[in-house]
Amino acid sequence: MNAIYILWLRELKRYSRSRAMVIASLGQPLLYLLVLGFGLGPVFQKAGQGSYLQFVAPGVVGMSVLFSSVFSGIGLLWDRQFGFLKETLVAPVPRVVVMIGKTLGGATVATIQGLLVLAICLIAGFRPVNWATLPLALVFMILTAIVFAGLGMAIGSMLQDMQGFQLIMNFLVMPIFFLSGALFPLKDLPSVLSFITRLDPLSYGIDGLRSVLIGTSQFEPLLSIAVLCGAAVLFVAFGGYSFSRIQL
Amino acid sequence: MIKVENLVKKFGDLTAVDDISFDVDAGEIFACLGPNGAGKTTTIKMLTTLLRPTSGTISINGLDPATQSNEVRKQFGIVFQDPSLDQELTAEENMDLHGVLYHVPRKIRHERTEMLLKLFELWERRKSYVKEFSGGMKRRLEIARGFLHTPKILFLDEPTLGLDPQSRNQLWTHVKNLNKSEGVTVFLTTHYMDEAERVADRLAIVDHGKIVAQGTPQELKDQTSTDSLEGAFLALTGSTIRDEKADSAAGIRQMAKMWRK
Ligand SMILES: Nc1ncnc2c1ncn2[C@@H]1O[C@H](COP(=O)(O)OP(=O)(O)O)[C@@H](O)[C@H]1O
Ligand SMILES: [Mg+2]
Repeated sequence: MNAIYILWLRELKRYSRSRAMVIASLGQPLLYLLVLGFGLGPVFQKAGQGSYLQFVAPGVVGMSVLFSSVFSGIGLLWDRQFGFLKETLVAPVPRVVVMIGKTLGGATVATIQGLLVLAICLIAGFRPVNWATLPLALVFMILTAIVFAGLGMAIGSMLQDMQGFQLIMNFLVMPIFFLSGALFPLKDLPSVLSFITRLDPLSYGIDGLRSVLIGTSQFEPLLSIAVLCGAAVLFVAFGGYSFSRIQL
Repeated sequence: MIKVENLVKKFGDLTAVDDISFDVDAGEIFACLGPNGAGKTTTIKMLTTLLRPTSGTISINGLDPATQSNEVRKQFGIVFQDPSLDQELTAEENMDLHGVLYHVPRKIRHERTEMLLKLFELWERRKSYVKEFSGGMKRRLEIARGFLHTPKILFLDEPTLGLDPQSRNQLWTHVKNLNKSEGVTVFLTTHYMDEAERVADRLAIVDHGKIVAQGTPQELKDQTSTDSLEGAFLALTGSTIRDEKADSAAGIRQMAKMWRK
């Protein structure tokens, strides 16, 4: 238990000490929010879909949670490089416990990033339909963060170098983002695309955020929660398995 | 305490550890000597659950690192040859994290941290980030951290590499004390013959992944009819100069591998 806490705390300390990184990581969501939000706004409006800024804000929040949590797992590559990974791998603590501490740390950091982006959205003019359900957004952020921190740990455990990192970015993380409906409504999609978006756990995270933030959703919010919980269990278990098999 | 039989580790077609066998008794200080690239670190990695052997058996206090890794990890402490500190944390935080991972109760953790950081002259800098430390300070911190808890077996992989003579002395005094008062079994590797001779009860000389000789320092000298361990070492491994920079070259190789596109 203490081991989980101290490893969780380590992730938070590292996060809070890298202000420049925090600011840099807010740049991308800001770009999506402002450029897409205002750039696609008129088209979206003409298509009778309402305000695109309102629509895309939850997607941008979900995106930052996705990237932040996957990157926390990929941080293992740095731990490996700087040697600290060895210290945790020989500790008299089951590796799964080490992995859970790091995953929860990464998920917490990702949730904080999500909240920061949500605050930016509010400043940019985003208005939730119902302030009372705002705390529920946190539930979706946390679940999404755990799902992808678990996936990140699995990836980080298997990656040996930066080359692999590029592959993962282009063929896993970006597709997860683009196929999640972060940027477009999931309604009335071609059936193949519709099928694929349903396999993407992020779809449920972002759809859940939309249901509590702007009051529209494609899936039942409870279904989204159930899918996210299932995916969390699956990915954390997969991450724990990969982590416990690391050799140096 | 440590029992190794016919241990082999291959990396592709390179045989880093080639069919070695040895025993280390409880309470013994055992040194492993060998030129760069001899396979010492690879052997320690297999003993400490970081690497799975290609073949052969290992028993650590009766446990198998491959199948009972959690139990094995409770038996030992280790000072690695390569850096293993968190650079983004302070010296004190690194100590504390280690203490928590190794279940050292809070009070003892704080007392021992203070004692060890003072011993290795890092106490004044305990609130500094490790990334601001010099190479020697980092090395001292690694060693202080290794002594924070008292394991049954202590692995020291070239612990004195990059240490000044004072710290080197502190280190060996401390190791000797731990060995005497707590009966800690010590498995160490080093480049320095004088150190091996000073602390080790028994030693093994390895070269190209094989053990070329083992015994007490006196036995090795007798065996090679030399009057110093240095002489015995050279007689056994030959005097051809090995790639002195093998380890840093390995580091660069890894770096290159990491960034290659
Ligand atoms: N992960 C690895 N992959 C490939 N070769 C390795 C790896 N680790 C070590 N080696 C090689 O195994 C040999 C033994 O290395 P090592 O055990 O580090 O030697 P020592 O610690 O005695 O200097 C060296 O030739 C080294 O290059
Ligand atoms: Mg070595």
